[in-house]
Formats: sequence, structure tokens, C-alpha cells
Amino acid sequence: MFAYIIRRILAAAVLLLVVSAVTFAIFFLLPRLAGETVDQLATQYIGKNPSPDAIAAVKKNLGLDQPLYTQYWNFLKGLVSGAEYKFGPEPATCHVPCFGYSFKNHLEVWPELSKRIPVTLSLAIGAATLWLVSGVATGVVSALRPRSIFDRISMGIALAGVSLPVFFTGALLLTVFSYEWPILDNLQYVNFTDDPLMWARNLILPWISLAFLYSALYARLTRAGMLETMSEDYIRTARAKGLAERKVVTRHGLRAALTPIVTIFGMDLGLLLGGALITEQVFSLQGVGQFAVQAISDNDLPKILGTTLLAAFFIVLCNLVVDLLYAAVDPRVRLS
Amino acid sequence: MTELQKTPARAAAPAGGGEPYLSVRDLRIHFDTDDGLVRSVDGVSFDLAKGRTLGIVGESGSGKSVTSLGIMGLHRSKRARITGEIRLDGEDLVAAGPDRVRELRGREMAMIFQDPLTAMHPYYTVGQQIVEAYRVHHPQATKKQARARAVEMLDRVGIPQPDRRVDDYPHQFSGGMRQRAMIAMALVNDPSLLIADEPTTALDVTVQAQILDLIRDLQEEFGSAVIIITHDLGVVAELADDILVMYGGKCVERGPAETLFDSPEHPYTWGLLGSMPRLDRELQERLVPVKGTPPSLINVPSGCAFHPRCPYAALTGGRSTEETPGLTEVAPGHHAACHLALSERHRIFTEEIAPRL
Amino acid sequence: MRRSRTVALTATAAAAVLVVTGCSSSTKSTDAKSTASGSATEAAGGSGANAATKGIVNASDKKGGTVTFEMKGTPDSLDPGNTYYAYIYNFSRLYGRPLTTFQPGAGEAGNKLVPDLAESLGQVSADGLSWTYKLRKGLKYDDGTPITSKDVKYAVERSNFAPDVNSNGPTYFKELLVDNPTPYEGPYKDKTGDLKSIETPDDTTIVFHLTHAFADFDYLVSAPQTVPVPQAKDTGAEYVKKIVSSGSFKFESYEDGKQAVLVPNTNWDPSTDPIRKQLPDKIVLRMNIDQATIDKDLLAGNAQVDLVGGGVDPQTQAQILQNPKLKANTDNAYGGRLVYMAINTDVAPFDNIECRKAVQYAVDKVSVQTALGGPVRGQVANTVLPPDIPGHQDFNVWETKDNKGDEAKAKAALKACGKDSITTVLSARTERATEVAAATSIQAALKKVGINAEIQQFPQGKYLADSAGAPKFAKEHNIGLMMMQWGADWPTGYGFLQQIVDGRAIKASGNSNLASLNDPAVNKLLDDAATNPDRAAREKIYGDIDKKVMEAAVYVPLTDFKVFLYRPDNATNLASTPAFSGEYDYLNIGTTK
Repeated sequence: MFAYIIRRILAAAVLLLVVSAVTFAIFFLLPRLAGETVDQLATQYIGKNPSPDAIAAVKKNLGLDQPLYTQYWNFLKGLVSGAEYKFGPEPATCHVPCFGYSFKNHLEVWPELSKRIPVTLSLAIGAATLWLVSGVATGVVSALRPRSIFDRISMGIALAGVSLPVFFTGALLLTVFSYEWPILDNLQYVNFTDDPLMWARNLILPWISLAFLYSALYARLTRAGMLETMSEDYIRTARAKGLAERKVVTRHGLRAALTPIVTIFGMDLGLLLGGALITEQVFSLQGVGQFAVQAISDNDLPKILGTTLLAAFFIVLCNLVVDLLYAAVDPRVRLS
Repeated sequence: MTELQKTPARAAAPAGGGEPYLSVRDLRIHFDTDDGLVRSVDGVSFDLAKGRTLGIVGESGSGKSVTSLGIMGLHRSKRARITGEIRLDGEDLVAAGPDRVRELRGREMAMIFQDPLTAMHPYYTVGQQIVEAYRVHHPQATKKQARARAVEMLDRVGIPQPDRRVDDYPHQFSGGMRQRAMIAMALVNDPSLLIADEPTTALDVTVQAQILDLIRDLQEEFGSAVIIITHDLGVVAELADDILVMYGGKCVERGPAETLFDSPEHPYTWGLLGSMPRLDRELQERLVPVKGTPPSLINVPSGCAFHPRCPYAALTGGRSTEETPGLTEVAPGHHAACHLALSERHRIFTEEIAPRL
Repeated sequence: MRRSRTVALTATAAAAVLVVTGCSSSTKSTDAKSTASGSATEAAGGSGANAATKGIVNASDKKGGTVTFEMKGTPDSLDPGNTYYAYIYNFSRLYGRPLTTFQPGAGEAGNKLVPDLAESLGQVSADGLSWTYKLRKGLKYDDGTPITSKDVKYAVERSNFAPDVNSNGPTYFKELLVDNPTPYEGPYKDKTGDLKSIETPDDTTIVFHLTHAFADFDYLVSAPQTVPVPQAKDTGAEYVKKIVSSGSFKFESYEDGKQAVLVPNTNWDPSTDPIRKQLPDKIVLRMNIDQATIDKDLLAGNAQVDLVGGGVDPQTQAQILQNPKLKANTDNAYGGRLVYMAINTDVAPFDNIECRKAVQYAVDKVSVQTALGGPVRGQVANTVLPPDIPGHQDFNVWETKDNKGDEAKAKAALKACGKDSITTVLSARTERATEVAAATSIQAALKKVGINAEIQQFPQGKYLADSAGAPKFAKEHNIGLMMMQWGADWPTGYGFLQQIVDGRAIKASGNSNLASLNDPAVNKLLDDAATNPDRAAREKIYGDIDKKVMEAAVYVPLTDFKVFLYRPDNATNLASTPAFSGEYDYLNIGTTK
């Protein structure tokens, strides 16, 4: 088991390295292949009045005139050990992990980006808990009573949930609960550590609208998975032992049906941690997703690069956790 | 037919003497499906005493597995309609509530399934699964006691180093070992009735004999009643005291194993015997399978369900297509359901069938 | 007279604030506040739709409360030396005082330039090359240290000569001020040197030496680039996090991309400041808020101002227009911006004026207006100068009936040009849906007269840098027609026109003179205006330039952009000012909440 964990972690690290190389290439190599000159790149660091000496200064400060592999190496080095740039009165230290400086306001990317993580984390974890519990519970009950009224209604709602985008449900919830009947008005992100109650109060609508979409998906997945597992031979064996039906469902059925759901859950959570773009936009939550949207609309390459790597990191991390979890859940994975 | 000779101990067991442990009367299990009513089991009756072994034989879809699951109370679908009587030690399981049946399940009656790989939960160790089976019916037992019991059972079924293998997962066991473990799990509560549904079908030929031996040995040891369900007459020949042949959801022939093998009465049984490889005979050209396909259980052929496949249907003067034959006693304890006149049957058997067997 | 009254009122109101903080919501304090505001009403505008385009709505001196600004997206920077957005020019005056600024007011009144940090507008030398400003006495930063003219000089240096640090703002000063014999590299690289052409003979005097006369210089110094910055406190790009305040409010906190909180600057002395009022207890700027949410917050009174001032969402607009009560709280103001199509004189056959005329006549401006969102979003334009810029004159050189285009005239012009048909490219910015819609409408109108324009879309970030604004690229790609919008950096004809009509302003990249118009007569008029000290005379020249440009038929004015703003009931002192693109003037907004 220990060797397995080490192996998985190493693989994840290599994967991240590859992702960083690919992202770097996409952002810095492809434009060059497409004919963008270093000057044009440097121009983006400068506002509306780029003068030749300003372009030269930026190129020198950021090392844009160096060969790409050197730049990539410096980028990696910056990630691991920080870097120093000349901006402002004193040479500025770009702290570990150095994702570089924003084109737009010349601030370090990472401190700004990292401030967004708690918001996205709060949103994602809360919503994920909600959808996992409600989705799986609905799915199980539906599967145990297929074609019952409950099954039909909940699967109908699930279908609606899958088809209704967050920007609809979110805007609807916001209009109804924040403005028409202002029970939950003035929603602004509050740190969990500052005021856990306000934190939850102000996040409940985003959680619900995000969870609605996913729980619908998970309910359907769970239902399908449960229907399949409950017809397995080992369920019959469990029943033949004289186990109570509740135990048959939870210990034998759900345990097996959950495994693929855990996999998908890991992916979904990882993706979400990279930024829940639409939800953050609708609820004006200043999370990673909004940071990314802003960076894209500003054409702020270093910020985009930073968010991409962060998102990749979360996805790789969640997949790693899923793999380890999978091994813990399914002994066949562990030993083969 | 030496191998068909039963051991004296078994032959000495009471055959139908006194109250049988399991008594099935006119059992009907029908399923309401979108395509129509499926009559999986349609009026089956038999008795089984402790210490005795009943073999239920038939093709897939003949209703033999459905019967056994019915006895275990494992037909949970609302669409299953079960009528008739299943008396276990005098108690009618059909009328009893599901909770009562659940109590009996695993304690008084246990079951071994065909494919031990899929029948055991892949995520739990063999030990955990046996412990679970034990503790359902022994809630007062500590985990330690239950585990000791599991190790003991694994030892009993012949698993080497049971104290270590108890923590293995099913996929770490070989096929035969898994089936041994299944048997250990089934017998952990000393059940009085053991149902083995095709217990050797999924196993290697070499392992099959070992498992059958094991079941026989354990039966002797525990003195329980055993039902062996199989499509393979060879298996029942090894084990069974009595044999019940099913076709299209009905019992077509029933009787003591010796008589049934010596003088089978039903043309379907002849077919089954003809398809059975035998070591004590020279191999005739080739095995003769029963021609045709098993009947639909929704539109069961009128009259004798076997008539479309029966080579002798023409000899009944049309009765086989119109009238459902009832079981009639042809010899003490030996019943068959066939329109052919007794003499005609015996003639065909001795002239046409027996030489080829 | 006016100043003393403000002082007295501020004192009363300050007392009220003390009461409020003492016992949060007693009736007594409310009384005190209402008395204060009751006596303070001055030059109040009326109410109803467009009231704030005519006067100050909800004029009040009521103190206290929190004024919330919300904005979609983030500003380029709140650093006064590193911004180029009108709404930050407007907002930054709360915490930074430029040498001059615009008087809070609606319409014409809002365009009035008044001294701010300086005690009067600039003194220009006889040759027009030197401008001298005297700072007011007793000016202090929020930390209590005195503001000196050296800090103003430093602010101009850091904002104009360090493009690799403070890159967002324009560099008019750099282009206008005399450079050192060896080019000045800015305060970050050249730590000991300075720009010799800005002199500070004493702590309250600052003198700018220009390379050529520039009559609009008073307007130029109204930019936040002259907001003083103490060199010792300047941390370059990080300065935005710890901006030193010279205005009536100071920063309590700043979180990039999230929010900024301003609180009253206790070291701001009202006696040095005739225009600021310091009303609320707190000003919160929330960034990255969804536009729909901003609109709802305005309607619910949760927020007082949409910082960007671009107007409400189309859905909200529809909702408001259907409800007379809501509509009474709106202002449909000119945004100081012209939506137009440039005809590239570099690309054949538009080097021929007759072909350009054909386009002028062919375009159906009413359908373009519809494509752009209807009359609420802009009024049909026939001149380059928008009506809210002084010097604007009403005329229509290429008149067509009801502005709907004239096929006959267009075809005649085409014939005069010697063409039956023209094939060209019409460029527009991908991200701007309405611009593309307008281009499509124009395409249809042109087709009727035989001009086949293929629409090509370019990303807006590169529109001026690499495509439409790169004359070589435009010529190579046969881009004869270009969709564009233009707003002035300061509300004068020069500020509006110079970049788009001056032949000497044509650049290889980032060119705004999309028509590549290089008419010596126009260039000369611009120079005349730049050196003419008489405002009225200058304004007449701007009208003349406009006419000349229109006669050259190089720009097709489409609409004068309008914004549709909502005024929450609980916001006070709202006046839509043309000086900041029709936004409300942010200096004195308070709240009754």
C-alpha cells in the first residue's frame, strides 16, 4: 500500500510538470509560432502608450528576450524558489510559488490568486457535500423503489436539474430570496474563521444552485449504479444470509455502487476547485473562477497561466485522492 | 452402476417416514411482466427429510432455481406471485411474514450459489463475510468469537492455513477455494436445510468432484437436508437420494435415485440421461442432447409442455397436445407425468433407449 | 460666501455624526441630521426622469451612512497614476486631489473646470510654453504630513516616465513636457535625477515647461496623474495597496479584485477644499459584481452607484421602462462618446472622396441605431463632436431623409467615383455584440447601392494594436471600413478630436486616426486651437474642424452614445456629468440610508 501511494504521488508530480510545460507552451510558444513577436508580448505588459524603450525595459525585466527553454526553466525555478524582478523603486521579490506578474496591474499573481482559493473552496466543498448527500440519498431511494411515485418525481426533478443551468437557477434563487423576499439579502463572502454563521448564510444560495445541478446528476448516477449492483449475485448472497434489507442496501449495495461515484466526484470536485465560473459570476463571489474570467477578459496571460496551473493542480490532487480512496475501497485495485 | 449405489448410512435414512423436514405442496411462482404472466413454477410438490438429499434436475428455465429461491424467500419483486405451501419444520413460509422468513434464512436454511466469484462481495474479506453471516443470527457473539468460528468453518471445508486465509479477499482465492468458502459461509449457522444451486457448474472438472465430496461429507456430519439443483444428472447421481425432474415449470418425474436411473419413465428424463457422459459405459457414437429448445414460460405449450420436443408425442393419440398429464405413481415413490401408456413406455425404454445409454 | 456656509454646515453635520456614533439609531440623531440637510439644500435639481442631467438630484448635506459602489469586473488600477478609466478618474478624486478638477454638477455645469489642489487655474506664460500653479495653503495627507509641489512633480514623473511600472495611464505629459538632455528614465530607474522641465521653486509652486503651446493644459492637469504622491511612500506597482490620500476620504482597506473601503480622512481640511463635502461614514467599492446583481442592488437601494456608469443591463432597462415609477429615477445621459464608422482613405477606392460620399449616403443610421439598442442607447449623430463636448455645432453635411440613407444619392456618388460596385472589408470587434450588429446593418444598407462589405471581426484587445489600428495591416487586408467608438480624455474639442483627425497622430500600431486623415488644413486648425488662449475662440475652431472632417467624408458618425442610469432613492447629490462620460459625479454622493 505504501509503495502504491508513493508511486501515485510521483506520477501526479510528473503529470503536473507535463501540464505546466504544455500550458507554458500554449501561452508562450504557440503565439510565437503564430507570428507574435516578443515585442508584441512585452507590449501587453505596457498600457496604452507603449514606447520602444518601455518595451525594451519590460523584455529585460521579465527575461522575455531569452530563449523559451530558459524562460520555462526560470518559470519552474520561480515556482519552486521564487524570483526577483525590477518593478518600482526596489527590486520586487516574487514569492514562492512565483506565477509571475499580472499584465494589468503588475501585482504578483499568486498572492492575489491564493486569496481567492478560500472562496472557491468554501463554495465547492459546501456544494459538494450538499449534492453528494442529497444526490446519493435520492438515487438510492429511487433505485430501491424503481417506478414508484418517489422515483418518478425525483427523477423528473433530476432531469430538470441536469437541464437547468446554474445561471438560471442561481439568478432565480437570487431574485426570489435576495430581492423579492429578502431573507438572504446582501450576500457577500465572509471568511469561515471570521463568522461561520454568516459564511454559511451567505453561501447557502450558491451552494443550492450549484448542488442542484450536480445532485441531479448524482441521483441519476446513483440510481443507475444501485439498480445494477442490487441485481448482483453477492446481493442475493447477502440476502440469503438473512441480513436485514437496510444492511443489504447500505453495506453491500451502496458500498459497491459508490465506487464509480467517488471517481466522478473526485473529478467534479477537482474541476470545481479550479473555479466555479458561472456560479461565482452569478453570485458575484470573488473566487478562482471569477479571477480566471477577469484574467481572460483582460487578456492577462500570467494570471491565466496561474489559474490554469492551479486548476490543473486541483484536478491532479483530487484524482490522486480518488485513486488512493479507490484503493482503500476496492481491494482488487490495491493489490493488482 | 456401482457408483450409483448409495452408502448404507444414507440408504438407512428414513425415506418419507414421519414428518418430512421440508414439504412443498403445489408451489406456484408466477411473475407479472410487461410481456405477460411468466409461470416459472407451476404446481411443484415434494418432501424432504433431514439427512436426505434431493436433486432437482432440468434445463435452464425449467424453474428449478426459481423453486429454490422461492423456498429461501428471495423473490422480493412485487410482481412475483407465490402460492401453495412451503412447510419448513411444519411452518408455512409462504404465509409467514418476510421478517420471519429472514430470520430463518441463513439460520435454518442456507444456500450455495453457482458462481462463487460473483456471489461473494469483492470489497470484503472472506472472513468478514462469514463473520457477518454468523453474527446476523448470533447477535450476542463477539467479533472475536465470530472470527474464531469463521476460521473453524474454513478449516472444516478444507482451506489450508484458515487463520491466515480468513483475511484474504475472494479474488485472492482460487475457484474451488471460493466455493469452499461459500460452503463454509452457508454452514456457519448449522442450517437444517442446505440448497446448493449448481454448486459445481462454474468450476474445473477436477475441482467439481472435490466440492461434491465435501458437500456429502458435511451433510453426513451435520445431518441436514440438502437440495442440489443442477442440469447435470451426473452431479445428482453422485449425491442425491431422490430426484425431481422439472420441465417448463412443472415436475415431470420424481422418484428415488436408483429407480429413476434404472427405469426412467418420462421421455424427457430419457433425453437427459442420454446427454449425460458416463464413465462406466463405452462411449456411444456421441452424446445425444435433448432436441429442440426449452419452452416459453409465458406461452407454455398446451397439453404436455414437452410435446413439441417429444419424439413419441404421436403415440398418445393427440392427448399430449390437449390434456395436461398429471403425475401418476408408476412404482412405489416413483411418479411420472406422461400420456404414454405404461407398457408403451417400458417397451420404448428397453428397446430404444436403454441400449444407447 | 459659498465656502463659509459649507464650513458651518460641515460643523453641524459633524456634530450629528458624533451623535449617531454615540447612540446608533435614536430619533434625536435623526432629527439633528434632517435639520442639517434641510437647511443645506442648494440648487437642488428636480426629480423625475433625466433630472440628474439637468441639476443635482436629492441635494443634501446629510452625513453618515455607507455609500456602496458596485462594479462589474475590476478597474485597471485605483492608483491615480496608473489608470485610464473615466470612472476611476471620477472616483479617485475622493482620495486624491489633482491640480484642477471638474465642478460637481450636471450638464454644462459639470464641464466647468475649477482649481482643486491649486488655488487657481494655471498661469500661462506669454509664449504659452510655461504653466504655473500655486498650491493651496495647509494641505495635508491622511497621515498629517504636508503636501508639497514636489509630490505633484513626482506623481507626474512616476505616471508618465515609468511605463514598465505604471503602464495603464496615458502619457500626455511625457509627450508635452521638455525632456532632459539625456532622456529621463523615470523615478524608479533614475533614483537621483528628475525631470528638469517640472520646476518646484518652493513647496507650493509648480511650473511645467512644454515643448509647444497647449491651451488645454488646465484640463490635462485635471487627470489623477497630478494627484500628489510622496516619493517615500511609493512602492511602485504595490502602491495601489497603500495609497496615500490627499482627498476627503482615505483607504481603510483594499483587496485587489474584491473591494476597497474608504473612510473620512480626518486630516482633510474643508477650508482648503471648496468642492468636497465628506458626507458618508464609509464608502465601499465592491468589484467583480455581476451586472444583473448590481442592477438589482440599485433598485433595492443596497448599492448607491454603479461605478462603471455604463448603464443598466438590457433586461433591467426593459423592466424600468415599463414602470413609470422606476423610470422617474433614471437618467438617459450622453456618454461623451461617438459611435462611428471610419472610412480608410488608405484603401482604394476610398481614396476618392466620391466613393466615401457613396458610403455616407448609403448608411441607414436609424437601423444602425436600432442595432445598437435604440434611442435609449444613443442618438443618431451627424457630427464628429458629441453634443456634450463644448464646441459642438449642429450641422449635417451628408443629409438623408430621416437619417435613413439615400440610395439614389449614394449610387450617384458611386458613379461619380467611376464605380458600379465596390468590394471591401468592414471590421468590428468580436466581443462587442452590438458593434457587430451595427456592422451587419450597415452591410445590408451598403449592399443596396452596390458596395459589398465583408465583415471581419477582431478581438478588441488587438483591434487597435494589430488590426484596424495598424495601417499596414488594414491596407493589406483591404479593410476600407472600420467600426469604432471614441470618447474624449477631457471634455474639450481638442481632447476629443486630436487623436482621430490629426494626420501627425497616425501610428504604425495603436493608431486611432483610423481614416488615416492627413489634411494640412485640419492639422493647422488643431495647432491654432492648441495655442489660442481664448476659450470661446478655441471652441469655434473645434466646430470648424468638425465641419472640415465631415466634408472630407472620412468618418460616418452613427450615434452619440447614451447611458441609462438608475438613481436609488437613498442616494444623495446625484448629477450626471459630461466631464466623466455621463457618470454621476462621485465626489459628494451621500446616502439617507
